[in-house]
Amino acid sequence: MGYLHDIGKYFLMIRETFVKPTKRSVLWDLIFKEIDDLIIGSLGIVAFISFFVGGVVAIQTALNLNNPLIPKSLIAFAARQSVILEFAPTFISIIMAGKVGSFITSSIGTMRVTEQIDALEVMGINSLNYLVFPKIIAMMIYPFVIAIAMFLGVIGAFMAGVYGDFVSAPEFLEGLQDDFQPFHITYAFIKTYLFAFLLATIPSFHGFYMRGGALEVGKASTTSFVWTSVAIIITNYVITQLLLS
Amino acid sequence: MIEVKDLHKGFGDVHVLKGISTSFEKGKTNLIIGQSGSGKTVFLKTMLGLFKPDSGQILYDDEPYSDLEFEEQRGLREKMGMVFQGSALFDSMTVEENIMFPLKMFTKMRRKERQERANVVIDRVNLQNANNKLPSEISGGMQKRVAIARAIVNNPKYLFCDEPNSGLDPNTATIIDNLIREITIEYDITTIINTHDMNSVMEIGDKIIYLQDGHLAWEGDKTQIFKTDNEDVTKFVYSSNLFKMVREAQLRKYS
Repeated sequence: MGYLHDIGKYFLMIRETFVKPTKRSVLWDLIFKEIDDLIIGSLGIVAFISFFVGGVVAIQTALNLNNPLIPKSLIAFAARQSVILEFAPTFISIIMAGKVGSFITSSIGTMRVTEQIDALEVMGINSLNYLVFPKIIAMMIYPFVIAIAMFLGVIGAFMAGVYGDFVSAPEFLEGLQDDFQPFHITYAFIKTYLFAFLLATIPSFHGFYMRGGALEVGKASTTSFVWTSVAIIITNYVITQLLLS
Repeated sequence: MIEVKDLHKGFGDVHVLKGISTSFEKGKTNLIIGQSGSGKTVFLKTMLGLFKPDSGQILYDDEPYSDLEFEEQRGLREKMGMVFQGSALFDSMTVEENIMFPLKMFTKMRRKERQERANVVIDRVNLQNANNKLPSEISGGMQKRVAIARAIVNNPKYLFCDEPNSGLDPNTATIIDNLIREITIEYDITTIINTHDMNSVMEIGDKIIYLQDGHLAWEGDKTQIFKTDNEDVTKFVYSSNLFKMVREAQLRKYS
């Protein structure tokens, strides 16, 4: 029953986020600040993880190709499919639930604890619009991060495959283009947009409605990570069923 | 002037405010006192509109406030200033940006004009060389001054302070009290202070209301509080030997 109540409260929060807008000039400043905090600040870790995950996928595929009848180009094919369909959009989003989600929950939660949200309300500002809406808008650039993750994942696979002597460069490039379906990119970006929305709103929900002190801020961050991850996994399943099966 | 009529507020089964009726006059420092859990903060937050009352009315210069919807409340909220117990300064903004914030949100002033206005109130609260510092880089007393400056920068008609001198040393607490009182008179605003500090009661209490278990148990001013025979009030206010001695001295003076 408690979960249903929270789900209802979450949707009411979403509705409240889009009404009574903050002054436009202030909003632009907030959006740029959120882009810096949430997107630009995550590029380093995303690039690092994507590159090495791409490399690991290539190595593991290569090590499992024992049959000489299977072409080596399959290494690139497997790496491309894994990175584009799952590793970049889903795996990176789970990482982002930890990095960006915890940041959002703890920053909003701290504002709640220190009465900064009350201060906004007293001034007649719609605190949800002020705090959450810029995050949603900023996260609409998130697919750009995932595009970088896809690119670097494939580069990582190329480096590991070619320089690890598992596959030649022409074979890798051949496998990379083999049976390529552009719709897979569309599918990846559709789910990335949904994940972006979840990444902005679920941690905000946990931060905004938390009660207590510093300890509860920590607990809320952990809970927010768990629920954002759960929501991402379920959404991933539903979208995959709807679009690919 | 703020009038409160038969205000009730509860959370679930807990009935916190049980029919409070009182009024707070313009140009005066009105103090709300009472033990922890007596309903002071809920009362203050209900007057501010952070909690919706279950029943009763709050009138700001005869304008009913609690019945209004958010958008309608907005206009009135712009006329309110609030100093929170923990100052509630925005961590990511400098002192100057914190003070300019209400101007940025509610006026069409250009940045230079906002800065000029901010500097006027910065001078008024005696804050020096702190404009570009973050709240975490200044002392508790300075944070309170910044909170007061932010609360008055937009020329409010009503100023609310929730325990403005909690956590401050006695000297700084007195300075903050006097500052709030001076500002109240100078700007001719209705000030309501929620406090536990008996020095404030004796120094700046133009009107004092004592809440007990969600009821208004006593009201009067700083002179009357010395003479009252209300046992609950005397037990609360004169709980320390020092204040008992002060009371006896005052009673001797009045007699």
